[in-house]
Amino acid sequence: MKKILGPIALMVLLMSFQTAPKKAAQVTKPAVKSVVTTANPAASIERGKAVYLSQCLSCHQVDGGGVPHLNAPLDGATAVVGKDKAKIISIVLKGMTDRVEIDGEFYSNNMAPHKELTDQQIADVLTYVRNSWTNKASAVTPAEVKAVRAKIK
Amino acid sequence: MKKSFSVLSLALLALGFSAFTPGNKPVKNIAVNTAGAVVPDPDNAGLKLPAGFGALKVAEGLGKTRHIVVNAQGDVYAKIMGKVAEGKGILKLHDANGDGKSDETTGMGNYGGTGITIKNGYLYASSDEEVFRYKISEKGDVIDPSKAEKIITGLKKGNQHETKSITLDNAGNIYVNIGAYSNSCQELDRKPGSMGRMPCPILDSAGGIWQFKADKLNQSYGEGVRYATGLRNVVGLDWNTQLDQLFVMMHGRDDLHNLFPDLYTEKDNAELPAETMFALKKGDNAGWPYTYYDPAQHKKMVAPEYGGDGKKEGSKEYIDPIMAFPAHMAPNGLLFYTGNQFPARYKNGAFIAFHGSWNRAPLPQEGYYVVFVPFENGKPTGKWEVFANGFSGMETGVTPRSAQHRPCGLAQGPDGSLYVSDDSKGSIYRIIYNGK
Ligand code: HEC
Repeated sequence: MKKILGPIALMVLLMSFQTAPKKAAQVTKPAVKSVVTTANPAASIERGKAVYLSQCLSCHQVDGGGVPHLNAPLDGATAVVGKDKAKIISIVLKGMTDRVEIDGEFYSNNMAPHKELTDQQIADVLTYVRNSWTNKASAVTPAEVKAVRAKIK
Repeated sequence: MKKSFSVLSLALLALGFSAFTPGNKPVKNIAVNTAGAVVPDPDNAGLKLPAGFGALKVAEGLGKTRHIVVNAQGDVYAKIMGKVAEGKGILKLHDANGDGKSDETTGMGNYGGTGITIKNGYLYASSDEEVFRYKISEKGDVIDPSKAEKIITGLKKGNQHETKSITLDNAGNIYVNIGAYSNSCQELDRKPGSMGRMPCPILDSAGGIWQFKADKLNQSYGEGVRYATGLRNVVGLDWNTQLDQLFVMMHGRDDLHNLFPDLYTEKDNAELPAETMFALKKGDNAGWPYTYYDPAQHKKMVAPEYGGDGKKEGSKEYIDPIMAFPAHMAPNGLLFYTGNQFPARYKNGAFIAFHGSWNRAPLPQEGYYVVFVPFENGKPTGKWEVFANGFSGMETGVTPRSAQHRPCGLAQGPDGSLYVSDDSKGSIYRIIYNGK
């Protein structure tokens, strides 16, 4: 997994320095090399973007719009920006194959579990997803992921 | 029932159309629908077409209009997918004044679904588990919408590829696609590295085309015949009456790179495998999930879930496609053109509606257009051309959600017009030829 993430993460880091200099300056981080566990939303969002590109983008798309009737959208979705973070953490860990209504629609595809991602990676990707496109919501922390993971096992 | 229609009715009334009436009341024919009275919209309804062709929007805002069929009188029947309001599973569009635009919409049926067709005095329509038929009158109207004869029941419906497309032959049989509820029959669907189940148990009840009697009630698998197998998911299919043979368009598998990143690149992911056209004979096996078709190598390859690596060629026991198209474009409609309105080269050729891709990301998506494939002596020439484009309304950067329209179903009118449905905004297009 790390292997796949590596080059893309680097790319994104490079990209983000070019495209979002303000953000990078704001958080005044020297070189983000090691995994940071402190709750720094901007840094988490940037790391989360790399996870999103390699693990989620194919289905949920660049615009977070998903695929109508097939892959649920993340942009504008009630659960994604909702207060119940445990719910979306659990979806990433366990995947989702139930035929359930999401914001009035059904989606005909299966999302595989992503439990091999670290607590940090899941926190990052969900923080990214909760703060991209039109979404705006609080960060997800590794501790929150850890708590949900413990209950699932 | 009235309530669910009221908003639309109001909108239609405001536009000066007659109200949306539930049920299926006979309507007076005000004018005979001659091709001469039908003119393209000023902008060809937003479509780009070959010279001499024009397009108009028959109707819009109908919902998830999937497959469509046009009766001998020129009325369009559209099957609506997903959750439908009572009496709105099938919509009938009637053009009262002969200008090509729908003036009256009536609805029937309480089930969502994709398949719809007309054959030998019956309208056939499918939910995701059943197939029904309704007797139609000389005037092309369903005689009694409450008298649905359930001819097929209990079909497998998973959380994927669950729509049931239908077509009939000239010998009293109906063919139903039962899509595989899986991408490639992995132990864990769409899980990176998960290997394929051997033999794939899905193929017993799905992943193929089943044949049933067109006039027998309540048939389940027991009475059906697995006509062809190894077909992941077919949405566009048509019985070619000239060749007396079933043709299908298969949606190829997804995620080669995402699932096996050591064996396939992102570019491979976007360009493999081909979307494929098959001419089927009874007993054929098209190879899913064991193989996929590589359009660059012109070969069936072993799927990575079954030990493939992008180089290992697949077994010869599986049939070859007769035509390959770019990956992931999602062929949702197939129609052999038998009309006389279009220039002669179109006759007996195939139109294909490509719904548009999602699984090429992060590379640009493809499709979102209607293609024409010329046929000569019963075989595709091997070339295909974009016939109608512009559905998405975007030049670049289209995503499935941002596309304004997504072509899905195809039908031919009695005058040889080609109809295209869009299941994103519920538009029905009519393409006519007015060149010389
Ligand atoms: C193979 C395609 C696929 C991949 C890859 C994928 N998802 Fe999903 N996702 C889906 C589908 C399909 C659904 C809806 C499932 C259902 O309805 O049963 C979904 C649902 C969700 C939901 C719930 C949405 C809601 O409104 O309830 C979240 C959150 C989510 N995905 C996040 C992610 C994240 C984060 C990733 C990457 C780590 C990811 N997904 C990767 C296909 C995918």
